[in-house]
Amino acid sequence: MVDVIVFVIAAAIILGGAFGVVLNSNPVRAALSLIGSFFGVAVVFILQEAHFLALVQIVVYAGAIVVLFLFVIMLLGVDRAEDLSVEPLAGQRAAGVAVGALVLALVLGGLFLSGPGGDEGAVALTGQQAATQPLDRNESDVDQLANDLFTRNVLAFEATALLLTIATVGAVVLVKNQGAEDLVVDEPGEAAS
Amino acid sequence: MEVTETWYLVLSAVLFAIGFTGLLVRRNPLVMFMCVELMLNAVNISFVAFSDALDDLAGQTAVFFVLVVAAAEVVVGLSIVVAVLRRGPAMTADDLSSLRG
Amino acid sequence: MLEAAWLIPAFPLAGFILLVAFGRQLGEPLSGWLATLASAGAFIATVVVYAGLVVEPTEERFFILKLYTWVESGSFSADVGLLIDPLAVTMALFITGVGTMIHLYSIGYMHGDPKYSTFFMYLNLFITSMLLLVLGDNLLLTFLGWEGVGACSYLLISFWFTDESNATAGKKAFVTNRIGDFGFMLATFIVFTQIGSIRYTDILTRAPEISTFAATLIVVLFLLAAAGKSAQLPLYVWLPDAMAGPTPVSALIHAATMVTSGIFLLTRLNPVLAEAELWSRGLIAWVGALTALLAATIAVAQTDIKKVLAYSTVSQLGYLFLAVGVGGYVGAIFHMVTHAFFKALLFLGSGSVIHGLHDEQDLRRMGGLARFMPVTAFTFIIGWLAIAGVPPFSGFWSKDEILLFAWNADEIGGKALWAIGLVTALLTAFYMTRLVILTFLGRTRFFDVTTDEIDRAVEARLDGARAEITAAEEAKATADGEAEKALADIAKREEALDKARLTARESTAEVAASTPDADGYDKLVKAMDRATKAIPKAETALIKANEKSLEAARAVHAAQEHVEAMGGGLDALAAESPPRPPPVVTARTPATPVGELADYLPDSYTRRQDQRPHESPWTMTLPLLILAFFAVLAGAVNLPFTSDLHILEHWLEPSLFGHEAEVAASAATKWLLAIVAVVVGVVAVVAAFAVYLRGRGSAEDVEQDVFANAWYIDASYATFMGGPGRRMFELAAWFDRTVVDGLVMGTASTLVQAGRGLRMTQPGFVRSYALGIGVGAAFVMVWFLGRLFA
Repeated sequence: MVDVIVFVIAAAIILGGAFGVVLNSNPVRAALSLIGSFFGVAVVFILQEAHFLALVQIVVYAGAIVVLFLFVIMLLGVDRAEDLSVEPLAGQRAAGVAVGALVLALVLGGLFLSGPGGDEGAVALTGQQAATQPLDRNESDVDQLANDLFTRNVLAFEATALLLTIATVGAVVLVKNQGAEDLVVDEPGEAAS
Repeated sequence: MEVTETWYLVLSAVLFAIGFTGLLVRRNPLVMFMCVELMLNAVNISFVAFSDALDDLAGQTAVFFVLVVAAAEVVVGLSIVVAVLRRGPAMTADDLSSLRG
Repeated sequence: MLEAAWLIPAFPLAGFILLVAFGRQLGEPLSGWLATLASAGAFIATVVVYAGLVVEPTEERFFILKLYTWVESGSFSADVGLLIDPLAVTMALFITGVGTMIHLYSIGYMHGDPKYSTFFMYLNLFITSMLLLVLGDNLLLTFLGWEGVGACSYLLISFWFTDESNATAGKKAFVTNRIGDFGFMLATFIVFTQIGSIRYTDILTRAPEISTFAATLIVVLFLLAAAGKSAQLPLYVWLPDAMAGPTPVSALIHAATMVTSGIFLLTRLNPVLAEAELWSRGLIAWVGALTALLAATIAVAQTDIKKVLAYSTVSQLGYLFLAVGVGGYVGAIFHMVTHAFFKALLFLGSGSVIHGLHDEQDLRRMGGLARFMPVTAFTFIIGWLAIAGVPPFSGFWSKDEILLFAWNADEIGGKALWAIGLVTALLTAFYMTRLVILTFLGRTRFFDVTTDEIDRAVEARLDGARAEITAAEEAKATADGEAEKALADIAKREEALDKARLTARESTAEVAASTPDADGYDKLVKAMDRATKAIPKAETALIKANEKSLEAARAVHAAQEHVEAMGGGLDALAAESPPRPPPVVTARTPATPVGELADYLPDSYTRRQDQRPHESPWTMTLPLLILAFFAVLAGAVNLPFTSDLHILEHWLEPSLFGHEAEVAASAATKWLLAIVAVVVGVVAVVAAFAVYLRGRGSAEDVEQDVFANAWYIDASYATFMGGPGRRMFELAAWFDRTVVDGLVMGTASTLVQAGRGLRMTQPGFVRSYALGIGVGAAFVMVWFLGRLFA
């Protein structure tokens, strides 16, 4: 029972935050809605006993990524509200909503119309068994996750480390040097020019 | 009544659809990026739901990796956005149309 | 020895190149001698080659000298090579022989011309091209020579191009020739598709492979080409106009060589002609015969010496075509050779006449020149006898041969062809006799007054009369002035008289009023005396004034009458039409009387009275004599009496592949035809003498306007080209612009439109691309779901 209530509240937060992101004309407010959404997702993770992931979700997503967003928004000064009433591309809005609805319908249809497969009647959507690693509910998920990462998926783990390095280097290269005068930096003692 | 994984999957689908629609409708590049994050989160929810339903650790491992890669993607993506938006803060995604045929 | 054949075209080519480089510096007369030597070198080389060919047995007289490979492209190959066989060597002999003599002649004829070296340069180029034409071993090389002679013809006809009509004549020749060239090219293409090669060796030996239809087509197209080059119906119109070029050009190109190219071509390709349908050969014969007749009728009424010879050439070429058409190839070549000699002789002779008369070409201004230019007259008469077909001169033998073959060719209306040929022979004899009479015999009309001079004299006389009238009117004006002055004088005198009388009365009255012893009485009496004496003086003066006035009035009257008389005189003069030289002339036509106009005639007339027509220098008369020699004796190469004397026929056998027609007439028939021809010729000559020398009959009836105007053919061509012709051309141009270009451009523009359409799919907006991705993803999901229900 408690699960249901918690779930409903968490879902409301998530969806509310999502709508906030999509519908807010001010990007700062959208970012803040995103944070709310992330908190909801963390709650959902905890409901499903993926505690480590919930934590990491908060720390990385809400704490790093959205902050990065806010940095960029403030740095570039794009915190002005976007005019949501005008749509320069003809039919884009209608098409966008239609496609979104279509995708939702298709996914839900796939969800409810398929089954585990075999000889029970409903057909499976895919017939493939993906990689399996049994989950023991009695051990802590951190240990299990760590175990899995550093033995079976160590290559992917190292690759992501490399990826992060490359991303950092790439970011530096991308933003360096072309027109540093775009950035207005206030020197102490100087009037803002 | 119990919260089965179907509920989570429905939530994930709805969140994904919202994010996708937002991506198509908004013009501000940063907001478009946030919608991408929403979609990634929706996928994360569904991974964890499957992991819980099938007693499989692979779902959680997948979420882990999605998280890391999303972070890296945000770094690079935002640096591109910064490089592009230097032209003027009122730039929207529609102004980047030099690939026009 | 045959390997030296390449020297034949090489000599004139070398001459041409040297003249291009150094011609202007060599100047007159060295450039002329250089060109003549080049041509003579070619002749000697030809003789050497001839000697080399003669020693070969008959079957082997067919020699290819390959100089180098020109085109090698897939299955098509053409070399620069020379085909040495009897036909080619015969043509080369008379081309170089007659050509050399004309070069020599031109040294004297072109004396004083500012473009002297250019002329010889063109002549050498012409000889080179002509030799390539006849010696080439494939159709492409022949075509090269064909075009080359056409170009040289154009250059030489419009040699004095500063005169617009000369330039136009050159253009006309070139354009008309071009129509024929179109036929040549198409025929060559068809030959290639049929045989796979354009070498004569291949064509002539494999001619039976050509289908009859294709062969007929080839023959008709080559006939078109030959009709253009050899001036037959309907493309002959350029040849009379080509007389605008210098006379040696007319002699060389338009009598002896270029115009024979067509006949040469048809003779060379006789195996192909044999494969074609009979009607195509008949067409050749009929075209030739009709052209011959038409041209002969026109020549009868021409007044320019060169135009007569030009139409005569067209007519004789018609004979050659007739010969080819009826299968008498030997006869054609025979007549070609004799014609080359006597026609060149006649042209050069006419050039000598023109030269001697200081560029006069009108027959009506000639006459009696035999005593001034004896050598020219002598050689010209020999030429006349040859062309008129008088035995034993060469023309008789060759023409007779052709008429015999025509009589024989029953399948294509041979008897009718023979009749046409005979009538043409009659006309030929007639007009040539007329030419000789009007030029060399009878009274020398050169000193006569011309129409132009009479017109100028009449104008001068009228001007004089007008000047006199003006003077008379001025005199009348002066007389009027005098009369007025006299009247004024009378008035003055009357006044004076009145005053004198008045003074006398007054003084008399004063005296009467005074007494003799008053003061001043003596003075008064003296005054009275004086006044009284003045009266008679005044009266006398008045009488004199009256007389003067009367005289002045008479003078005015006389002046008025004088003016009227003058005016009447002017009207009378203007109404007067003094006699002018008639348009049609015979040897008996008397000189136009000059009468009172003698004082008014311009200088050209008076100067001419002191001139004398003179004979030409040796460089001009020597060629005439040489040509006359050949014109007499050339008949010997193919006398008909026994088979042994058919030297030319045996000589040409290797080139004819047995396609010479067989004559199925008996010896009696042959003698009869020959006698008929001679009789006809003699009758024509006698008739011409009667009309033109004795003045019997009416020359005007002979020289119909329609003949003089060349049956108005030129005018009708012009109308056609201007009207319907132009519309056809514009239609063709429209078709090319709209349909052909439209297809090509249309393909391109369709592609461009398609591209523009496809551009729409790439708007450049990220969100559109995202939409596209979304749609694609939806499709994939649909596919997956489809598996649920499959």
